[in-house]
Amino acid sequence: MANADGNPLLTALAVAALAAAAFYSVDAAFDWSDERIAANERARVVARLNSVLEAGLRDRDLTTTLLAVTDAELLGTDDPIDVFVLTDRGAPMATVFATVAPHGYNAEIGLLIGISPVGTVTGVRAVRHRETQGLGDAIEVAKSDWMLQFDGKALIATTPELWAIEQDDGVFDAISGATVTSRAVVGAVKNTLLYFEQHRDELYARAAAAAAETPQP
Amino acid sequence: MTPTTTSWHEATAPLWRDNLVLAQFLGLCPLLAVTTTLVNGLALGIASAAIIVVASTTMALLRRVLVPAARLLVAMLILAALVTALDLFTEAVLYDLHGALGLFIPLIVVNSGLLAHAENVASRCSVAFTFLSALSTGMGFLLVLLTLGALREIVGHGTLLAGIEMLAGDASRALTVELPFGGMLVASLPPGAFFFMGLLLALRNRLRRGAEAPR
Repeated sequence: MANADGNPLLTALAVAALAAAAFYSVDAAFDWSDERIAANERARVVARLNSVLEAGLRDRDLTTTLLAVTDAELLGTDDPIDVFVLTDRGAPMATVFATVAPHGYNAEIGLLIGISPVGTVTGVRAVRHRETQGLGDAIEVAKSDWMLQFDGKALIATTPELWAIEQDDGVFDAISGATVTSRAVVGAVKNTLLYFEQHRDELYARAAAAAAETPQP
Repeated sequence: MTPTTTSWHEATAPLWRDNLVLAQFLGLCPLLAVTTTLVNGLALGIASAAIIVVASTTMALLRRVLVPAARLLVAMLILAALVTALDLFTEAVLYDLHGALGLFIPLIVVNSGLLAHAENVASRCSVAFTFLSALSTGMGFLLVLLTLGALREIVGHGTLLAGIEMLAGDASRALTVELPFGGMLVASLPPGAFFFMGLLLALRNRLRRGAEAPR
């Protein structure tokens, strides 16, 4: 250090002042951005909710009830996941699971899965993933149509053994070069459908109870 | 360092001669990871440049106040506070872009090249010199990010300025250029980053061969 060796007391004061300034600027930035970030996240989920619904439901003013459900085996995580039950004057119209595929190539894959009351898949979207760029990221609808092959499929129409990728003797295409990713997503959709089949009435009852507690204006 | 007639020359050296990436080989991790598209490179470059200018100038203002032992600590404190605020700001205002850049905005704080500048240059040089030098460091980094981002996007995706709407709003979507070929995947994968980085270095060495007298 060539010059300006400073004064210990001044240094202490300057560091204290800077620490306080840093604290308040980060605090102010947090206060300023907190609500905006929450609004952004909510907007993204709501925008995504529409994307996994049947086209006819997208513009309708449905009541959305948020439930938390836990099933480590079928829903891919020990933590509660969000389930949105969409009803029209009490009649269930659709159910959307914000679930995870635990065995993605690099990390778990966050999925939004829309299911009609009769158990048909109305749409699947990857909302959060770390799959390989250019290969596994074909699960993004912006990059490939692969995710659209689930639309209209149901467990009752396809026996559970066939609900797998072609390499595993199933009926679904795999993304070439991303077998692990494909297997993870197909498995997660299948498990979510199984969960829905087993818990449909329970979910609808919970949604009806929650809706009764908070009457719509 | 006392201001001399070569000050201007020295302060702008990080733009090309002492370029953070091409001459010092610093900041490679965010560089190689983020430059899959031009827009990503542009966004990280602007963020890094803004951070280094503010952080280094602040450090230069404080250089007569701080004992040497405290400089690194204070530089880290300033960088961390700035980067945290910037990270929150991008998440609040440019949510999609924040998603695309992921961890690389918070990681600006450990960009060794920027930290070295804030600690080293700023503690030895005048405020004006540091400001100019920080600006050229940031612009030099931005320049490489833009070049690499553009090359990899053109070759890898066959587009240019894809995703500009994340930075400049929906109206700018029209700026995206679709080139008449599909793209060669490898350019947007990590190996492609190294290929193009190597090409850039080769080009720079070629250009500098004449300029640099043998030592």
